[in-house]
Amino acid sequence: MYLYDDIDQRIVDARVREFREQTRRYLAGRLSEDDFRALRLRNGLYLQRHAPMLRIAIPYGMLSTRQLRALADIARRYDRGYGHFTTRQNLQLNWVRLEQVPDILAELAAVQLHAIQTSGNCVRNVTVDHLAGVARDEIVDARVWCEIVRQWATLHPEFGFLPRKFKIAVSGSPADRAATFVHDIGLQARRAPCGETGFRVIVGGGLGRLPIVGQVIRDFVPWRDLLGYLEAILRTYNRFGRRDNPHRARLKVLVRDWGIDRFRDAVEAEWAQLRGGPQTLTEDEVRRVASRFTQPVYEPLADLDFAEEPRPFAAWRRRNVHPHKQPGYAAVTLTLKRPGVAPGDVTADEMTAIADLADRYAQGELRVTHEQNLLFADVRQRDLPELWRALRDLGLATPNAGLLTDVIACPGGDYCALANARSIPIAEAIQRRFADLDELLDVGDLDLNISGCMNACGHHHVGHIGILGVDKNGAEFYQLEIGGDQGGERPAALGKVLGPALAGEEVADAVARLVRTYLALRESEAERFVDVVRRAGPEPFRRSVYGDRDQERAHRPRSAAA
Amino acid sequence: MGIVIKNGRIVPDPPPPDVVLEPQDEPSALAARLRTARVVAVRFAAYNDGRGYSIGRMVRERCGYAGELRAVGEVAADHLAALRQCGFDAFELREGEDPQEALAALAVSEALYAAVRAVRARAARAS
Repeated sequence: MYLYDDIDQRIVDARVREFREQTRRYLAGRLSEDDFRALRLRNGLYLQRHAPMLRIAIPYGMLSTRQLRALADIARRYDRGYGHFTTRQNLQLNWVRLEQVPDILAELAAVQLHAIQTSGNCVRNVTVDHLAGVARDEIVDARVWCEIVRQWATLHPEFGFLPRKFKIAVSGSPADRAATFVHDIGLQARRAPCGETGFRVIVGGGLGRLPIVGQVIRDFVPWRDLLGYLEAILRTYNRFGRRDNPHRARLKVLVRDWGIDRFRDAVEAEWAQLRGGPQTLTEDEVRRVASRFTQPVYEPLADLDFAEEPRPFAAWRRRNVHPHKQPGYAAVTLTLKRPGVAPGDVTADEMTAIADLADRYAQGELRVTHEQNLLFADVRQRDLPELWRALRDLGLATPNAGLLTDVIACPGGDYCALANARSIPIAEAIQRRFADLDELLDVGDLDLNISGCMNACGHHHVGHIGILGVDKNGAEFYQLEIGGDQGGERPAALGKVLGPALAGEEVADAVARLVRTYLALRESEAERFVDVVRRAGPEPFRRSVYGDRDQERAHRPRSAAA
Repeated sequence: MGIVIKNGRIVPDPPPPDVVLEPQDEPSALAARLRTARVVAVRFAAYNDGRGYSIGRMVRERCGYAGELRAVGEVAADHLAALRQCGFDAFELREGEDPQEALAALAVSEALYAAVRAVRARAARAS
């Protein structure tokens, strides 16, 4: 956990005062709807279908139990007693009142939280591998670099009105658990042969309406030059990114239109001027930022062998417990994917109970993952059985981390004004269809992602199975994609559309057919769903869903089904 | 010409700019003209068009321009503090903008950017 010093605190306090004043001017009719829109968005405030939505930043997903209790308290007093964790490691409150938002922001600032730049055309919350700091394979603790980038990007005066939003992700390990290829900028820690730390820089990735896998702009930027290089990229984008059409304004479009070589030349020319400037990092500054992080205290323990474990515990341990760099410790996923509950939703009472458990078992800290789950990073292995029982009592021990029912989904048409279709009922139907744990465990790793519209907040393009809500003559339909991959050991890949969109009630059955096809085709349990799609191609999967009905007939309007 | 504010007050009879940079202009291409200019204006095409922030910094930091740098066009109260951070010291407000409210908003946001400057200074001091 990064702890603010008085300067960090001054920023969030001054920001609350500024927004309080702007809100007052708006409510007094002194600021137009349009002007206030730009100002409220950069403070995380949307005007939504039912009520304003406030998106609170959880920088790189880290929360202390004190902060989680404060969030629970805010959800109770200013909202309807729950919150929604997002794929970008933020928390959304869906029922706040505009005139109370400055007070909410003041309460957040009191526990070192804020909503700065969680929306708007600026640099958004920097995201990270949720196992940063405890993963066995990591080169650097990426959180330190996230914090350095966060401090640089927060209220950077030059980049407050970019052509469009801007997302940065950092991975500290060779295995990319931060989806760095589908961000505007992805940073991957690297170690040079001489031992120097640096970053491979990937640009122009993104999902949304125009999904594109990013490209490497520079294989190695030494750590000292990181911020200068980011500044060169951002300045090039700020000056030359398209502003005539918001759907063509992301960095990915500029990189695509120019080609990576021309974009690289422009960035390198800019960097040649900026290099060695005041944003050059020093060892002292990196050390200072690192020293503001709380450090877990590890006891000298040995890894435990859970040979004689009861079966439900074994399933949970197999799926939800992750290896840890420290012997005798483990990281534990708390799944927020329960039948009947929207993915990522947590009630205020659950938040409080989770905070109590994190104090008892996880050194008072927890993390939000980009799969919309929570994670206790530093748990003694000997505490696992006790923690499991406590989580089971809370309904947070569903042993499905990484499985088909660990669905990523946006809030969808139930809440979001942009959505074409609801996503939560589809997630629920699939979770009900695959309620049998043995079947789920047998199917193994399978990322299923659902977005309620082509803005792709549910990351459907990188789901092994992706589901996209579309509107057909006012009715909800769903398009299936397969073969997407957020990256990891293998490079990221975008899914391909399988066939014509299906009616909502057909989706769970279609997923079941895809899974049956996979099980029939796989050569071993080690071959995952997405591996079989890669090897065998989409055709057998397409046939399993659409049979031999020819594409043309299937493309006809399906008014009868609606 | 709209109302120009500078140094916390309205400028009664602002001189016209010697050079006007459009959002798509390349500042270094105008380096020679900047050397003799006393007032340089950078145009903002829309409330949300942030290209001029980069141009302002480049005019100051790369071209070494030290005279008046004036933001013109769609310049509103809540822009001023960030513009100042990017080297602007004069602001021609868009039509209908109340200069007293703009100065009040600038004062509120200045406190925020003072904290941002402190973060930058802290990073530099660490060396």
